[in-house]
Amino acid sequence: MRAKKYKELKSNNFIIAISAVVLGLLAGALLILLIGQNPFAAFWYILKGALMNVRRIAMTLAISTTLMLVGLSIAFAFKTGLFNIGASGQILAGGLAATTVAFAVDLPHVPMMFLIILSGFAAGAIWGLIPGLLKAFFNVHEVVSTIMMNWIAYWVVFYFVPAFLKGPSLETESAMLPYEKTLRLDWLTNIFDGSNYVNAGLFVALFAVIVIKFIMDKTTLGYELKAVGHNRYGAEYAGIKVNRSVVLSMMIAGGLAGLAGVSYYCGYSGKIQIGVLPTQGFDGIAVALLGASSPIGVVFSALFFGLLKAGKGFMSGNTLVPPELADTIIAVIIYFTATSVMFRKFWDKRFKKINEKHNVYKSDSNDIEEDK
Amino acid sequence: MKYAIEMLHIRKEFPGIVANDDITLQVKQGEIHAILGENGAGKSTLMSILFGLYKADLGEIKINDKKVVINNPNDATDHKIGMVHQHFQLIENYTVTENIILGKEGSFILNKKDASQKIKNLSDKYGLNIDPDSVIEDITVGMQQRVEILKMLYVDANILIFDEPTAVLTPQEIDDLLDIMRGLIKEGKCIILITHKLEEIKAVADRCTIIRRGKMIDVVDVKSTSQSDMASLMVGRPVNFKVDKKKAKPTDPVLEIKNLNVRNSKKLLGVKDFSLTVRAGEIVGIAGVDGNGQTELIEAITGLRKIESGTVTVCNKDITHLPVRDRNEAGVGHVPEDRQKHGLIMDNNLKDNFVIKDYYHAPFSKNSILQQSVMKEYGQKIIDTFDVRSGEGLNSLSGKLSGGNQQKAIVGREIMGNPKLLIVVQPTRGLDVGAIEFIHKQIISHRDAGNAVLLISFELDEIFNLSDKIAVISDGRLMDVVNTCDTEERAVGLMMAGVSSKGDK
Repeated sequence: MRAKKYKELKSNNFIIAISAVVLGLLAGALLILLIGQNPFAAFWYILKGALMNVRRIAMTLAISTTLMLVGLSIAFAFKTGLFNIGASGQILAGGLAATTVAFAVDLPHVPMMFLIILSGFAAGAIWGLIPGLLKAFFNVHEVVSTIMMNWIAYWVVFYFVPAFLKGPSLETESAMLPYEKTLRLDWLTNIFDGSNYVNAGLFVALFAVIVIKFIMDKTTLGYELKAVGHNRYGAEYAGIKVNRSVVLSMMIAGGLAGLAGVSYYCGYSGKIQIGVLPTQGFDGIAVALLGASSPIGVVFSALFFGLLKAGKGFMSGNTLVPPELADTIIAVIIYFTATSVMFRKFWDKRFKKINEKHNVYKSDSNDIEEDK
Repeated sequence: MKYAIEMLHIRKEFPGIVANDDITLQVKQGEIHAILGENGAGKSTLMSILFGLYKADLGEIKINDKKVVINNPNDATDHKIGMVHQHFQLIENYTVTENIILGKEGSFILNKKDASQKIKNLSDKYGLNIDPDSVIEDITVGMQQRVEILKMLYVDANILIFDEPTAVLTPQEIDDLLDIMRGLIKEGKCIILITHKLEEIKAVADRCTIIRRGKMIDVVDVKSTSQSDMASLMVGRPVNFKVDKKKAKPTDPVLEIKNLNVRNSKKLLGVKDFSLTVRAGEIVGIAGVDGNGQTELIEAITGLRKIESGTVTVCNKDITHLPVRDRNEAGVGHVPEDRQKHGLIMDNNLKDNFVIKDYYHAPFSKNSILQQSVMKEYGQKIIDTFDVRSGEGLNSLSGKLSGGNQQKAIVGREIMGNPKLLIVVQPTRGLDVGAIEFIHKQIISHRDAGNAVLLISFELDEIFNLSDKIAVISDGRLMDVVNTCDTEERAVGLMMAGVSSKGDK
């Protein structure tokens, strides 16, 4: 009889992410205990609030959609050696451009969707282009320039929306987009029992994940971007155009965040408000970190964070635990992902012992066979 | 026999590789004990275990016959073990005293005066000639190394480990260092010297432990063992110190540099009115002291630095202002000086690194899609041909390879690209004799295949061993081009110092 081929256990990003999540939840449980509440009840209500019925699932998916695109943007930038902390501004730029185009142009629903998606991507890309150029040609660090771009976007929206897109009643937000100018889909809304939060942005996000994964793994472009991200001097020595790569990376990252803006403002909410710098821009950093900056990882971490965010209101409504606790858990998880080296060591040690045990057993049995 | 330090039956495994396999090292009080081995043989791993940076899987450490456990460098310091690392661990803008007392400040209020006095005394006692108040960035590399030595002496270390201490030093500084080591032994310290330079072992060491591929091969008495015997024990076969090569048969010019002027990072002219021709079938070596314009010259030829004036042509094609990739395509191959910064992307695996100059064209990609199977086949060919050893083959991250294997990977990639002009800069820096011999052979066979080779090295031995012609550079100017066969090292040395052979000023 032949023994099954034994695959050596090794720690991987998935195990590390799960470890961080479990420890984050444990820390959250501890906090809940400290305020004298029952953590199991709290977690149960979060789950219930996020998944209790199809309408709530729709909400969770809608929140995850935006996080997924932002997370993908930041993960992509990480992989190419850039820290895109300007996703908030790119979301606003994408959302504003898409909303403006939607109001200005009249088209049937499906072509309209393509047009606003494109314009959102383009505006986000421009918001990434500027820091990219500054970095490539003037060595301005992208963290500084993208933060400044955030505020430029914030004030542009502040001026632009009341001046051109004002609704009938409120000064502080645009008019509501009519159905045929949004990413909402009737059939999707019907599936989800009338929830109009979930929208075509979800498909855009999943499609973007596949495209980015393909670019990074399979194409010469991804090869170039990664090489520049890992070692720009080595890339330059080999003849790769480093400046072009940096600019392109920032544009793609910006475009992806711009798409998040389209899905949020032209799908989830249907209008754009002034005076709000979308926090998803920063939550996206958490999504990218927990997802180990891999496109597939981003999908799962966005779904997880979406679940926490969608369920937190229900939890605080049914218990005395404040909704901020969900955000605290997210923060703790980020701390744990940031210390992933610790987990890697822990699991490597664990797995080594298991592997050794197995190998000892295997070599014993080999000896016996040889004796015969 | 009582030993100052013993490492018994040490075993250490890394994923895919056994770095140390049952190694025993015994060092007597008052001796200089050398550890000789090729790159990647496991010398540094063994020392890292002794210094508490790694933990051994098996084996034990004894100091003066007493078993000890060393879990971290602090434990090592407590056991009076000190180490001078290959890369100095100094804070550039701190003074010597501040660097030495770092981590051992004692009370909250710094008492630099006492420390400074103690350092002065130590420096005098061992003839280190260090001013405790000078700032690290102002002193030479040789002096920085002596500061590292002082660090060990300051905490009264008894067992001093030197990890490749001469790799960064000039010949004069090496002599000084060897003298210092002899002085330390006289004061009763014992020294473990990690190196692959046989002359140094011959010059100072008493005994030598030889390691090959993670295994202990032999412990020899240095006085009664010849250099070539030690070399063959280290490599596992007889070694040729002199490179065998046929007479060059130069033909058409491949590289032509005319009146080249290049500015350095300080915006001053680093290369001045430099003209040189390298023909197919010959190796031209550029001899010069480090920092005399070699870096600027190479960067100008390879496209990493802008050319102020003058022209560079390769195979009759003017490449003076072309981007790097066009130069590569015109037939320029380049083994760069800094293999970690330029030569390889350390976080990428070997397979990716092997195609970094070719990934964008067929057969490695089609319609912008990478062809992994072609890349694998090609990479495996380089690994096999150039004997690149690594834990996980093509999938190994380049950064995990030993220095010698990184260099073989780069040389392999460049030669496999079959460039008409191969530029090799410091091709064997920090490598052991086995790897040096191998790389030299590869360079010569590339010449024999009818290509031009431009060699830059700061080691005169290497220049004389390989080159058919020697061009001497000093202060950015070409001093002269001479035939290797009718030149002496002394004459080249004088020109390197800026003394012209032609008598002009």
